[in-house]
Amino acid sequence: MLGRFGAGIAVALALTLPATADEPVTTFTLDNGLNVVVIEDHRAAVVVQMIWYRVGAADEPAGHSGIAHFLEHLMFKGTEKVAPNAFSGIVEAQGGDDNAFTSWDYTAYFQRIAADRLELVMEMEADRMRNLRLTEEDVATERQVILEERAQRTDSDPGALLTEQMRAAQYMNHPYAIPIIGWRHEMEQLSRVDALDYYQRFYAPNNATLVIAGDVQPDAVRALAEKYYGVLQPTDGLAPRERPQEPPQLAERRLELADERVSDPYIFRTYLAPERDPGAQKEAAALTVLAELLGGNGQTSVLARALQFDAQVAVYTSAFYDGTSIDDANFGVAVIPAPGVTLDDAEAELDRVLAEFLKQGPDSAALERIRTQVRAGEIYARDDVETLARRYGEGLSVGLTMTDIEGWDEALSAVTEDDIMSAARKVLDRRNAVTGRLTLPATAPTDATPAEVEPAAAEPSVAAPEVQE
Amino acid sequence: MIRAVFAALLAFSVPAQAEIAIKEVTSPGGITAWLVEDHNIPFTALELQFKGGTSLDAPDKRGVVNLMTATLEEGAGDLDSKGFAEARDALAASFSFDSGSDSVGVSAKFLTENRDQAIELLRAALVTPRFDQDAVDRVRGQVLSNLRSNEKDPGTIASERFDELAFGDHPYASTGDGTIETVTALTRDDVLAAHKAALARDRVFVAAAGDITAEELGLLLDRLLGDLPATGAELPTEAPWLLTGGTTVVDFPTPQSSVFFGQKGVPRDDPDFFAAFILNEVIGGGRFTARLMTEVREKRGLTYGIGTYLVNMDNADMLLGQFSASNDKVAEAVQVVTSEWKRILSEGVTPEELEATKTYLTGSYPLRFDGNGPIASILVGMQMDGMPIDYVTTRNAQIEAVTMEDIQRVAARLFQPETLHFVVVGQPQGL
Repeated sequence: MLGRFGAGIAVALALTLPATADEPVTTFTLDNGLNVVVIEDHRAAVVVQMIWYRVGAADEPAGHSGIAHFLEHLMFKGTEKVAPNAFSGIVEAQGGDDNAFTSWDYTAYFQRIAADRLELVMEMEADRMRNLRLTEEDVATERQVILEERAQRTDSDPGALLTEQMRAAQYMNHPYAIPIIGWRHEMEQLSRVDALDYYQRFYAPNNATLVIAGDVQPDAVRALAEKYYGVLQPTDGLAPRERPQEPPQLAERRLELADERVSDPYIFRTYLAPERDPGAQKEAAALTVLAELLGGNGQTSVLARALQFDAQVAVYTSAFYDGTSIDDANFGVAVIPAPGVTLDDAEAELDRVLAEFLKQGPDSAALERIRTQVRAGEIYARDDVETLARRYGEGLSVGLTMTDIEGWDEALSAVTEDDIMSAARKVLDRRNAVTGRLTLPATAPTDATPAEVEPAAAEPSVAAPEVQE
Repeated sequence: MIRAVFAALLAFSVPAQAEIAIKEVTSPGGITAWLVEDHNIPFTALELQFKGGTSLDAPDKRGVVNLMTATLEEGAGDLDSKGFAEARDALAASFSFDSGSDSVGVSAKFLTENRDQAIELLRAALVTPRFDQDAVDRVRGQVLSNLRSNEKDPGTIASERFDELAFGDHPYASTGDGTIETVTALTRDDVLAAHKAALARDRVFVAAAGDITAEELGLLLDRLLGDLPATGAELPTEAPWLLTGGTTVVDFPTPQSSVFFGQKGVPRDDPDFFAAFILNEVIGGGRFTARLMTEVREKRGLTYGIGTYLVNMDNADMLLGQFSASNDKVAEAVQVVTSEWKRILSEGVTPEELEATKTYLTGSYPLRFDGNGPIASILVGMQMDGMPIDYVTTRNAQIEAVTMEDIQRVAARLFQPETLHFVVVGQPQGL
């Protein structure tokens, strides 16, 4: 998802937010191919509508990086029925909120509103699935907004720049190499025609999943879905989502990004890792548990114990994995060395600890605590219907089935020590890995901006470091 | 705005009301709490807030309440850091401890099936934390790493510089995380003293939501908090406001400037508060249709996002805002913000804007109460703000009661373009 990975280190683990609910979940498909999921939660008179398109940054035409995300912005511009930029205003005038997000594998739009106003947002969302209107002016202004977004999220953050470069090295052939926001030079060229071509092809009922979650009845949702979405024309001839796959990765890749905005240098490594597949998510479940064992907990995890407690090598350690994707995922580890510890020493210690883990295997008590948390997670998850809606929408958008999604907790609980070790041996191989280092420049640079930034030469406007006017 | 009326729009009636029943619970030992009982899901969300927070720090001990709070989960009673984490995870409970300028907060979630054990563990963290030297040193290392990171984060530099300019020698003038110097010098004794000063029964506010009865909650609270000291350190006093209008530029090598801006606001208990609240929503609230989002983002493409906030702290009331814009565009964006400040002051808002804003604020309010976690958090916040227990049922009426006359009068009081100050961190052109 286009969201911050922080320094590539702040990580949300899927363990505490499992995909299943004890709340009733109903699914059906309209004649035009639209999948619908209804999740009931009658505790508060609130409803969330989410529409998930099965298209994302990894489905962009070559040379047009960022078009998936750019279109997401442009979807708020208007239709025959809705005046330019009025979409959010109509939702807000009813007390609702709306937004959208883009990932490599999907693009999703949502509204959160009082349950008795569901019909309005269903009518509006269905309307813009096929009837978007864009002017050249809309596109030109919004392009400036996404360039500012890139400047804010990526160019202003050396950690984000390193992560972007590492991803481009991790995927040698697969379009997951492309940043969701887009490469700046390609974003600058994105046009109205690019956006509309992409929109007309991919934004169709037979390429989407509708999730309605909250204080609703499935029959009523079905009637509304038939009325507003059921009349929309599907796109013919949508190809299966077969992207170029990774060849065997035979050589470790190493990157170093030096930037004077770095405070503490750190090491960040990602390994190419298998993803959850329909009917086969056992290995992904093992990797999810492996990430929790290695770096999920600041007091008890393998990396924290070895690098922060037994020896003061690091101030921070982390491990993460998210296997909910169509193609190969990443397994990541990160270490911020303690002051006085070099990156070389910290990395050597990291590799020593990983090698030791591969020999010794996991602590069975730690594994048992994770199982307990998975079981409890099912209870806590019921408190947050919006997160549940996301789990279903995301899972279905990457090709998983309802059985896969609802079986995820069970898959996590069933993970054995052997499963963990065989997954770990396969994935924790540096030939599959990109190791990134974020460092300070050795000497003070004359050019302050590491990223390609503004077309106009930036002129220092102040002589003194600070001026109060 | 709408060219064709949506069929669905015609069916609507008045906005939904928040339908929750809040009980005030007094424990046998005299601790009061607000409770929303809901037995649908077998867990409880518990929120505690201890007034005072990082503003209790002495100047040379700046950061000690933050360090103390971050070390609460690093061992208690018989359990060291690892033992505590293992015990918590074995119960599948979650505890988080957080320090702010006005309070230390504790958020807990625990299952009904092992509630007593979870509370024993949380009690140990609050009442008998160990603060082992190695744990203090390890957490200190993390705090120092964050401080070094903040020194190079333009957004943090902007807000910290703003506070420094605004608050003189009040604790609000500096970050509660402390400085590299003060945090490096803190001792374990300092941490122990901060614990006594900050976590006391005379300043705690409590809210709970979920699978627990009033009687169970009362007993739980006496066990959890009964052995904390009755009183803590004296609370901080009113902060000065030293900022005048203008722009402060902090040179920082980055392609995009981070901007933090603001002026004085309106107190939470002021009769004009709700008019000011609506005015803030019109100019820069959380909606895409707010004026600044429209003018700075939608029309001109100068930023990804801009917002303003009416901020009410215990000892200062502010109207603040922030955005980022590329170095070659930030001067224009600052100019647009300033002219919007002048426009709302001279023109106020239109009746249509007032109505749309009221509908949004009243309609969105009930949507916040959608789970035990959010409800407990809202309830403790209401108590911290001094709101009455029936506030959730009167709040929307107070918004509805604001008239166009109120808006024009309060706009003239609230918006002060001549005192609006911008801190710009980056390499802005033309500022």
